[in-house]
Amino acid sequence: MKNFLQNKKSVLFLSLALLPSIATAAELNQANTAWILTSTALVLFMTLPGLSLFYAGLVRSKNALSVLMQCFAITCLISIMWLAGMYSLIFTDGGAMQSFLGGLSKAFVPSMGTASLTGDIPETVFFMFQMTFAIITPALIVGGFAERMKFSSMLTFSGLWALLVYVPVCHWVWGGGWLAELGVKDFAGGIVIHVTAGISALVTALVLGNRKGFPTTAMPPHNMPMVVTGAGMLWVGWFGFNAGSALAADGSAGMAMLVTHISASAGALTWMVIEWLRFGKPSVLGIVTGMVAGLGTITPASGFVGPAGALVIGVTSGIVCFYAVQIVKRRFKIDDSLDVFPVHGVGGVVGSILTGVFAAESMGGLGLGGVTMLYQVGVQTLAVAVVAIWSALFSYLILKVLDKVMGLRVSEDEEVQGLDIILHEETGYHNL
Amino acid sequence: MKLITAIIKPFKQDDVREALSEIGIAGVTATEVKGFGRQKGHTELYRGAEYVVDFLPKVKLEIAVPAVLVDQAIEAIVQSANTGKIGDGKIFVTALEQVIRIRTGETGEEAI
Repeated sequence: MKNFLQNKKSVLFLSLALLPSIATAAELNQANTAWILTSTALVLFMTLPGLSLFYAGLVRSKNALSVLMQCFAITCLISIMWLAGMYSLIFTDGGAMQSFLGGLSKAFVPSMGTASLTGDIPETVFFMFQMTFAIITPALIVGGFAERMKFSSMLTFSGLWALLVYVPVCHWVWGGGWLAELGVKDFAGGIVIHVTAGISALVTALVLGNRKGFPTTAMPPHNMPMVVTGAGMLWVGWFGFNAGSALAADGSAGMAMLVTHISASAGALTWMVIEWLRFGKPSVLGIVTGMVAGLGTITPASGFVGPAGALVIGVTSGIVCFYAVQIVKRRFKIDDSLDVFPVHGVGGVVGSILTGVFAAESMGGLGLGGVTMLYQVGVQTLAVAVVAIWSALFSYLILKVLDKVMGLRVSEDEEVQGLDIILHEETGYHNL
Repeated sequence: MKLITAIIKPFKQDDVREALSEIGIAGVTATEVKGFGRQKGHTELYRGAEYVVDFLPKVKLEIAVPAVLVDQAIEAIVQSANTGKIGDGKIFVTALEQVIRIRTGETGEEAI
């Protein structure tokens, strides 16, 4: 998507991506197709089971299944919604409304067959690849309201959120909307995914309120090996996320993979060192959280910066996200349960703005395409601000309406007993 | 006959089992338990948030012992479970009225 949007003229993008009759004139590239097929599997693997295990390990044992269930159900729901109209509303021409929203001509993709192409890959592959991004975004928000939200409200919220936040924002940035026209750079979803999910997670935490007992009661992760397993899967899956976003098996994909890896390593080591210095011991949760921060922060920049830029971005992510967690949790006592906002939201904001700096050739990047660094940073900042406000506003409105209609939280007693047995009549672990 | 209940540090479990075997004690039941005494709890840090863990993991051993072996058994546990640091645990000794081996129906010290 990035190649079309940022590196070529929008006219070319439209002809390639939006008009099947012209698009079929392009030739299928099998190498690119093979890589995007692979990347699609990698990005879905990030949600199932990467993020699911990461989150499930972080909650208490009585809520482990509920988190796995939420991620699983979101995956299924978004997939059907994607077919029904999300894909169309993001990636087809919206006519007079194109700057803000796409059209519905590809709802249920009636025209998509085995011969349809998007660029030089099958449209089916583009459809699936993009779907996996739409899936992981609401799944990320789960960490904000974990351990207390009703399943029915969670599912309704996720569906409405995908429609009212993900669809327009993704269209603005990747579907040829107004932010794309301004020249915003978001290679793999710093704005589209991490800013939207991070801000929305913070809003869900604020609207739902803290878990019973927070912050005085201990709520440590119930299974750290599960957390580390999930984190490892996220790291590997992220190669599909970022290098796949080149939409080609080329040097841009290779560079995206390289900078992704460097930033993850730098973020992880930075977080580890800060903990070591401040608390005396380097923790396992610390190093893997730094890794997630490094990955989230490099995401918007991954196809535009060089290795040196990635190193700076990675180290910055470790420092900024570490202190963001302390401020949100300890100073403001906001129960963003699994730290989605300070890690993904703050990382997404920082990475998206730094993209404007480190994409410049003078900073070792791949070039800003004729605009000044100041202009690019301005566009990036504007995009982040507008998307943050939009995400916060609509998350808030959806939650307030749902609160009136169906209620958001389980009762206090139910929360104490745990969502697994209360909402799903199952338990994650059996003794005897 | 006595029932010896020993609460020990989990990593001392194997040492205690060996020491008891050496004096001829043939059966021990072990349970993972949690508790606190003068050692109190400890703190754990997750992403910089400090949690006080009040209950510490311990191992509870239950051993039925013939009268003649009671003192030796206690001595063996004290020797093998001792680290000299706070939190080594406790030994409780209670009277044991009857023991029955389920397979054969034997009773008393025969059944231990």
